[in-house]
Amino acid sequence: MKELATTPLPSQSSLGILKWVPRLEFVAIPIFAVICGFVIFSIFLVLLGKSPTDFFALVYKAGFSTAFSWQNTLSRAAPLLLAALCVALPAKLGLVVIGGEGAIALGAVAAGAIGAYLTNVSGVIALPILFLASAFTGAFWIGLVGFLRIKRGVNETIASLLMAYIAIAISNHLIESVFRDPASLNKPSTASLSEALRVGAMPIGIDVHWGFLAGLIACIVSWILVEKTTLGFSARIAGGNIRAAQVQGLPVAKLIIGFTALGGAIAGIAGFYEVTAVHGSANASVFAGYGYTGILIAFLARHNALAIVPITIMLAGFEASSGLIQRRMDLPDATILVFEGIVFVTILFSETLYGRFRFSKHEYWKAGV
Amino acid sequence: MTINPQTNHTQSAASVEAINMTMKFGEFTALDNVGIKVKPGSFHALLGENGAGKSTLVKCIMGFYHATDGQVLVDNKEAQMDDPKDAQAIGLGMVYQHFTLVPSLTGAENLLISRVNAPNIINWSDENDDMTAFIDKMPFKVPLDVPVSRLSAGEKQKLEILKQLYLGSRFLILDEPTSVLTPAEADEVLSHVKKLTKDNKVSVLMITHKFKEVTKFADEVTVLRRGKFAGGGDVSTLTANDMAVMMMGSETPKVEFNRAPTADDNILKLSNVKAQDRSGLKHILIKDLKVRAGEILGVAGVSGNGQTELMEILTGQRPMTDGAITVQDHPFSGTREQSKKYQVRYLPEEPLQNACAARMSVAENLAFRIFDMQGDKKRFWKSDQDIKTFAHKMITEFNIKTVSTDSPISTLSGGNVQRAVLARELTGDVKLLVISNPCFGLDFSAVLAIRKRIIEARNNGVAVLLISEDLDEIMELSDRIVVMSEGSINYETEANSADITKIGHYMAGHS
Repeated sequence: MKELATTPLPSQSSLGILKWVPRLEFVAIPIFAVICGFVIFSIFLVLLGKSPTDFFALVYKAGFSTAFSWQNTLSRAAPLLLAALCVALPAKLGLVVIGGEGAIALGAVAAGAIGAYLTNVSGVIALPILFLASAFTGAFWIGLVGFLRIKRGVNETIASLLMAYIAIAISNHLIESVFRDPASLNKPSTASLSEALRVGAMPIGIDVHWGFLAGLIACIVSWILVEKTTLGFSARIAGGNIRAAQVQGLPVAKLIIGFTALGGAIAGIAGFYEVTAVHGSANASVFAGYGYTGILIAFLARHNALAIVPITIMLAGFEASSGLIQRRMDLPDATILVFEGIVFVTILFSETLYGRFRFSKHEYWKAGV
Repeated sequence: MTINPQTNHTQSAASVEAINMTMKFGEFTALDNVGIKVKPGSFHALLGENGAGKSTLVKCIMGFYHATDGQVLVDNKEAQMDDPKDAQAIGLGMVYQHFTLVPSLTGAENLLISRVNAPNIINWSDENDDMTAFIDKMPFKVPLDVPVSRLSAGEKQKLEILKQLYLGSRFLILDEPTSVLTPAEADEVLSHVKKLTKDNKVSVLMITHKFKEVTKFADEVTVLRRGKFAGGGDVSTLTANDMAVMMMGSETPKVEFNRAPTADDNILKLSNVKAQDRSGLKHILIKDLKVRAGEILGVAGVSGNGQTELMEILTGQRPMTDGAITVQDHPFSGTREQSKKYQVRYLPEEPLQNACAARMSVAENLAFRIFDMQGDKKRFWKSDQDIKTFAHKMITEFNIKTVSTDSPISTLSGGNVQRAVLARELTGDVKLLVISNPCFGLDFSAVLAIRKRIIEARNNGVAVLLISEDLDEIMELSDRIVVMSEGSINYETEANSADITKIGHYMAGHS
């Protein structure tokens, strides 16, 4: 120990590439956990008398094999990327916010309601207005969760969940009353947006709307914010130990409100794309549970904004295959939820494995040098 | 083992004696050959500072710990306690510092569920008759039919004591039983306990910090200091001052430091600062406190007299209700901007819990002060390279022992965490350093290194406010000493002419 302390620099560099090995556990352990989840789910299928190989083949076929299946997967991925960030960003401050669904719903209503009045405005002007309206609505809603946490000490998990229910109730009320398009008979909706206010597909050959790109950018920007800026570093200190952050004089209250509001804004944007790119109006199909799947994704990604991308695509693929599995394997569509749930639980269990393996310790590699 | 409350609480008080108790945790000796004898029906106080070994001793008696060496005698017979259940079976009970009652259940329900042999089907009419009979024999009453959450703190503490008697305890350990009570409640509860010992129902061993409670209620006292027996005897033959000296020790400073002269300008000033204390029941009031450049002002006091709150007020974690703090004659509230501008740094007690993010790396923790500044300019982009270079510099300069700059700081030993925090807080321009119990729980060499750094900073013109429960440390480091008692400062003296018995007198709450 002594010689290490006096010469920390050489011992560091002599490790060379090996010093990265301990970090591999952040990849190896989740992969191991997902494989365990696959195995447990396979047992579940066998007990039902179904073939696990058929199941995984169908998931691959429906989610990842052809241009059409990729189109299906990536369209679902767009709102999920944004919803996951609404969990991952507050998590950097140690807050478990699970009410992104509410911000998506209100963001969608904001875009649908305002969009209905902008019938003769060109998209160049109107779309940024709708975009900002959705973002601000979401930011207000989840920012309120952070505000309640600081001012009144209200548990943010419970507050955000209950506020999601309130948000959905408000959204349903608005869609069915003041903003209802009289022409929408069976499914209450806001008035259909004019063609100028529709967000189209990206020019990549398959029909995936721009929301997917927005989601990717949001993930990258969030990662940079957290990992590369002093603001993100301050947030991580506050999330790591709030007392230490207070002693350092860091603006803990502002950071909490700021990060919850930012997460809310991003979820609100998911609502904007659901309205302008998918449904063409705000209605109850917009809040179809993306916010809740986002929680799962953020936890699987260990709240790392870049890790959210591959995990979202994986889960979006699973969800895209739900219909095919229902038809081909004669299983209920909840089967995919069982699958997701099992994977979620194995990932949560795997949290206890970090730092337990010899390969994850610097000392192990040092001894070999 | 079954307990029958109906017969047990008619038994009389037990005598408990611990002989030559030694407890080692690895290399560390928490308890060194300590003996204590609690006579039947006596009220015995166990005094000592934090870390003096009081909890270790009672945990050995109660069978939570298996002592490295020594024996426990109950009623003059050797007793083998492998776990707390064995202790309960022979009538040894403990009341903890924090309540262990279930708030949503009534007193009667709480008593019942605490029994080892609580029945699966409860015949409430029988149980109620039993409890009424039991309560009638007790010298004090607590309503048993309302939920515990509706009882006052004093009533809860009385119920905790009743619970132990109901379980048949003939010897009770009370762990700082009054720390959550108001002074009036504390008086009431302890007089009831005293009555119980007088009636020979139970013998009591009470852990405490408060001299007043010892002189008022206890028959005998044992004082521990740094894991060793430091004195004791009949309370009637001892004064609070005697006990304070036993508790704090009165050795002269072991190390003499060279001291540069102190400047005249006041760096830190507190005037009429008022705030609520942790319990919300009492107030902290600092009328006038000044620290000059190149001076160490030691704040002495028995723990729990407002020192933690003072630290929190200075760091901006506890709101003031009145008064003003100035640093270099500018109003100060502990924001990051002010701390930078007026060069204020902190060294809170238990640095891993109060000054570090345990899961972040050593390098990141070292960067808490500098990550957002590049010279005088505010940074937006964090520089991992600068953080790493700075970390290597600190690790070498302050001799911090770590495997790598990327290791989580929680993997470091206590002394190295303290060195890391010291490195972070002492690097750069510092005008005021606020320190709380910097050497708590550290080994001798780490203590010496850290004290040297503090003196060095002082000699470079830093104003140092040192809050410490260790009077030796205060005597060794300070230029001037104030004593804090019940949330206020009640005594001030120059360190070189300080009279330790006088300091003890004021620490004991006299004024």
